[in-house]
Order: sequence, then structure tokens, then C-alpha cells
Amino acid sequence: MAVPKRKMSRSNTRHRRSAWKAIAPSLVTCVNPACGAQHLPHRACGNCGQYGAKSSRRQVL
Amino acid sequence: MPTPKKGARLGGSPAHQRLILANLATDLFRYGRITTTESKARTLRPHAEKLITKAKKAHLGENPLAQRREVLKTIRDKGVVHVLFTEIAPTFAERPGGYTRITKLGPRKGDNAPMAVIEIVTEEYVAKAVTTPAATKADEKPAAAEETPAEESTEETTDEAAAEETPAEESTEAAADESTDEKTEGDKA
Repeated sequence: MAVPKRKMSRSNTRHRRSAWKAIAPSLVTCVNPACGAQHLPHRACGNCGQYGAKSSRRQVL
Repeated sequence: MPTPKKGARLGGSPAHQRLILANLATDLFRYGRITTTESKARTLRPHAEKLITKAKKAHLGENPLAQRREVLKTIRDKGVVHVLFTEIAPTFAERPGGYTRITKLGPRKGDNAPMAVIEIVTEEYVAKAVTTPAATKADEKPAAAEETPAEESTEETTDEAAAEETPAEESTEAAADESTDEKTEGDKA
């Protein structure tokens, strides 16, 4: 069975783990004037459930 | 040599995929709108639209019994097939394809799968070349209001009223309209 030859140093472990980074998603403001929540672009708003531009938004949920 | 189908295989085996798509299509025609993962919705779309095309051909008098039997090969529920042929197909008599609509939702809690809503288009078909955006909006909104449940219909009509006002007025009056909407939404939720 293959086993590690050397102990993984704390430095190497921490160096590797420092590369695990979360990226904040870019959000847009809901066009529904009553809602105005932040949601993912090109997705229905999770708060009010509406989707679409100001002129043609519709309830999807 | 058989060529593999385009896109991902749902479920793992061809039989499982067939069943998944048949069940999704059945539920789509039964409820008009279903929430599923985005990849399932994308795979379901051409599948369901081909079934609607068969129902539409039958509606236009093109070998109706054979079309119905073809659809029954996929949708095993006769009641749903009846609804598809007598209620859904006639509404699409004018529409040249594009019978369903996919709207993306956020990722699902639990497995972070991208979710989507696939729904049967209920708006009346308006040919693009002859209408202005304003006319399309006026046509579409009442149709949507009629076919959504009572709670949503009130909301749709007030939305429409808000949309028709000028932008300057909209910021104040629409906010007042929408705040009442939110209350109804809150009650619903």
C-alpha cells in the first residue's frame, strides 16, 4: 500500500489551505419597487419570486 | 456504431432517463408549472414541446387517434393526455413553437443544484413583427391574470396598473400599490 514518505509540515498544510477562497457572488437589486432585495442576476428574486425587466416582470414562484 | 445522445444522461440508464422525462412531462401538463433542476428542465423542454406538437396536430385534425396513441407511449396517464389534447393544445393553435418557458432560480439548499421553473406559456400569442412592446405587454398581462390563482391575479392587475404609469409617478404610486401586494404575499407565505 502506498504511504506518505514524509510528514506534511504545518507550513505546507496552511499554504495549501490558504488557497481555498470563497468568492462573493455579484448581485443585482430586484426591480420590484416593493421588494428591492439583492438577488443573483438572470435568476428569479428569492424574496418576491418575480423575474424580468421592469416593463415585463412576472411572478414565477 | 450508435452515437450517444447530446447532453447529460439523467438518472444513469436510458430506461431511468425515459421514466424521469415521462414523469416530468406528465407533471408539467398536470400542474402547468414545475420546479426542477436546471438540467432536467433543459432536457425536458424539447421532449415536452414535441408532445405538445403532436397534440396540436391532432387538434388541427391530422390523424388525431394516432397522435394520441403516440403521446400515450410517453404519458401513461389518460387524464393528463386528455387535458393536453383538449385544453392545452387549442391554446397553442397560433403559436409556432416555444410552448414552454424556463426561468432560472437560485441554487438549491442541500446540494447547491441550480434550480429552474419550467412552465407552459399561457400568454396569448402575438406575432412579433406587427406589435410594439407596449401592446405586447398590454395583451400579455390580462391573459396571465386570468389564468393565475385568485391571490396572484389581484397582484398582476396592480402590477399592470403600476407599469402603465409614467416612470416619475411609478416611483411613488407603484410603491404604494406594491406595498399592498407585499401584504398579500406575506399572507400567502
